[in-house]
Amino acid sequence: MGHTLAEAILSRAAGQQTVRAGQFVTCEVDFCLVHDIFAGTLFDTLEHLGVDRLWDPDRVAVVLDHFSPAPSAAVAGLHRRIRQGVERFGIRHFFDTGQGICHQLLVERRLVRPGMLVVGTDSHSTTYGAVAAAGTGIGTSEMAYAVTTGTLWFQVPPTVRCELFGRLRPPASWKDLILHLLGRYGAEFVQYRALEFAGEAVSQVDLAGRMSVANMAVEAGAKFCFFPPDAVTRRFYGEDGATWPTPDPDAAYERTVSVDLSSLEPLVALPHRVDHVRPAREVQGVPVDQAFIGSCTNGRVEDLEEAARYLRGRRVHPRTRLLVAPASRAVYEEASRRGILADLVAAGAVVLPPGCGPCFGGHLGLLGDGERCVGTHNRNFQGRMGSPHAEIYLASPATVAASAVVGYITDPREVEVAVG
Amino acid sequence: MAEVRLREVLRGRVWKFGDDISTDLLAPGAYAVAPLEERKRHVLETVRPEFPHQVRPGDVVVAGCNFGCGSSRETAPEGLRALGVACVVAESFARIFFRNAVALGLPVLPCPGVSELFDDGDEAEVVLAEARVRNPRTGAELRGQPLPPVMVEILEAGGILERLRAWNAHRVQTKAGRG
Repeated sequence: MGHTLAEAILSRAAGQQTVRAGQFVTCEVDFCLVHDIFAGTLFDTLEHLGVDRLWDPDRVAVVLDHFSPAPSAAVAGLHRRIRQGVERFGIRHFFDTGQGICHQLLVERRLVRPGMLVVGTDSHSTTYGAVAAAGTGIGTSEMAYAVTTGTLWFQVPPTVRCELFGRLRPPASWKDLILHLLGRYGAEFVQYRALEFAGEAVSQVDLAGRMSVANMAVEAGAKFCFFPPDAVTRRFYGEDGATWPTPDPDAAYERTVSVDLSSLEPLVALPHRVDHVRPAREVQGVPVDQAFIGSCTNGRVEDLEEAARYLRGRRVHPRTRLLVAPASRAVYEEASRRGILADLVAAGAVVLPPGCGPCFGGHLGLLGDGERCVGTHNRNFQGRMGSPHAEIYLASPATVAASAVVGYITDPREVEVAVG
Repeated sequence: MAEVRLREVLRGRVWKFGDDISTDLLAPGAYAVAPLEERKRHVLETVRPEFPHQVRPGDVVVAGCNFGCGSSRETAPEGLRALGVACVVAESFARIFFRNAVALGLPVLPCPGVSELFDDGDEAEVVLAEARVRNPRTGAELRGQPLPPVMVEILEAGGILERLRAWNAHRVQTKAGRG
C-alpha cells in the first residue's frame, strides 16, 4: 500500500521507510518560521533556558509582519528586541518592517520547497501545501524546542482527498472553493487531518489560488493541506521536480469528497463562523462600513487585479471605506508598476503597508461597536478585528470589491466590470 | 510551574462554554503583546465578562466542539493556566490549541458528551490519567479520550520547555566533556 503525501513527507522526516496515519513519530523539521508576535517571547525563552545557538540558523526565518510598522512604543521595543535576537543567533532570513506577510515571503523567496516539513508560529502555515510542503502551525514553546533541537513530535494524520472536476466559472474564485468546503462540511471537516487535492481540474488552480485554499484549510481544522507537485509547481521553481515526493496511486485515504467547480458561485461566510456560508446573492443588500482586501489569504497581485476590475473608473461608495494591504513588497511593486494600485487609489482605496494589516485585530483599521466589515481575509470570529460588537463577513476579492462599489454586500455579478 | 496531577481526582467548579470558542475569545488580539498580568484579565470576557474576575484556581472549563479554534497563539492556553484553571474538558479541541495546552502543561481532555454532563456551576471530578469525568451531584460519569503517551510524558515533565531544558543541559555537558 502506498503513501499519501503526508505519509511520504513524514516518513522521510522521521527517517523511516514507512509511517502510517495514526503513528506517533519524532521528525526532523526542514524549516521554521517565527513572526513578530512571538519572536520576542521565543528569544526570551531561549535565553532563560541558556540556549546559546540554534540547530540551524539558516533554516529559521523571522518576519515582522503582524505589527508592521510598529503602532506603539511598546511594539517598537519588541521589534528592537527581535532584531537583537536575530543578530545574536545569526539568523539570515530576517524580514523587517514592510517586507510583507510571512507565508507570502517564504513562498515568494522559495525558502519553502516541495516535500519540506515546515513549522510556523502561525496557524496559516498550512499555506505551504500550495507548493506541496507539509506546513503546520505550532506555539512558541514548541517552536523553542524545534529551533534548538531541529526536531518535533507529530502524529501522522489521516488524509481526506478532495477531487476537483469541471471548470470554474468567474467571478467564482478559488476563495469560493474553500468557502464552499467550509460551508458544506463545517469547521471541523479535516480536524487533525491532511487535506489533499486531486482530480482532473486541479491543474486549473494557479499558485495564488492554491495559496488561498491551503491557507484557509486550517479553518476546517487541517494539519496540512496539499496540492501535490505538478506543472504549476514545476513552473514556479523552474525545476523538473524529479525528486519531489508525490502521493502514491494506491495510497489509503480516510475519505474522498469531490467538488464540481462549475457549480461554484460567489460565497460569503457570515459572522461569527467561518462555516456559516451562504451565496453572496442571499446576503445581497447588507450595508458595509469597511471593505478589506489583503491578508495571507487574498493579498496577492492576482487578487488586487481582480479587485481593480470592479473598481477601475469608479468610486468606493461614500458609506464604505476600502483598505487594501498588498501581501508583500514584491506584490506592492508589481501592482504599482502595472497601474493596479493607481486604479484602486483613484477609486478611493486606502493602501496599507505590506503586512497583515487589520486582519488579526492589532491595528490599521479596526472596527467599532455596530460596524460591519466585508474582507478577503480568513477569520470572522467575534472580536477578531476590534469590537466584539462588530460583524465580519468573508468573501473573495471580486465580491469584496463589488461590495465596496455599491456600499453593501453584493454578488459581484450584479456589478458590471470593464472589459479589457 | 504548578505540578500537573494526572492520577489524582481533580475537583473544581465548572464554567460552561459553547462550541467554537476561538483563540480570539481566549486571547483577544488587542492585547497580543501586553504582559500576562494584563492579558489574563481579558480571557473569555467577550462571552462571559465575569469569567476572568471570578474564576478560582482549580476550576474546570467545560466546553463544546472545536475548543481553541483559530490562531497558533500560545497565549490562549497560557491565559487559562495563569487564571488557575485546572483543566479543560471539551467535546473536541482544535489541533493547535490542543498541542499548545499540553506543551505549556495545561491538562486537556477530549470528552464527547461532556456538555450534557454538567450545569454551569456544578462541581466536576476529573481523573486525567483515566480520562474519567464525573458529576458528583448527579452521579453521572463519562470516559473521554485518553491522551497519547507522548502528550502524557510532556504534561508530566511540566511542559515541553522542561524537556528542552534537559536536552540543552545535556548538550552543554557533552560539549564541555568533549572540550
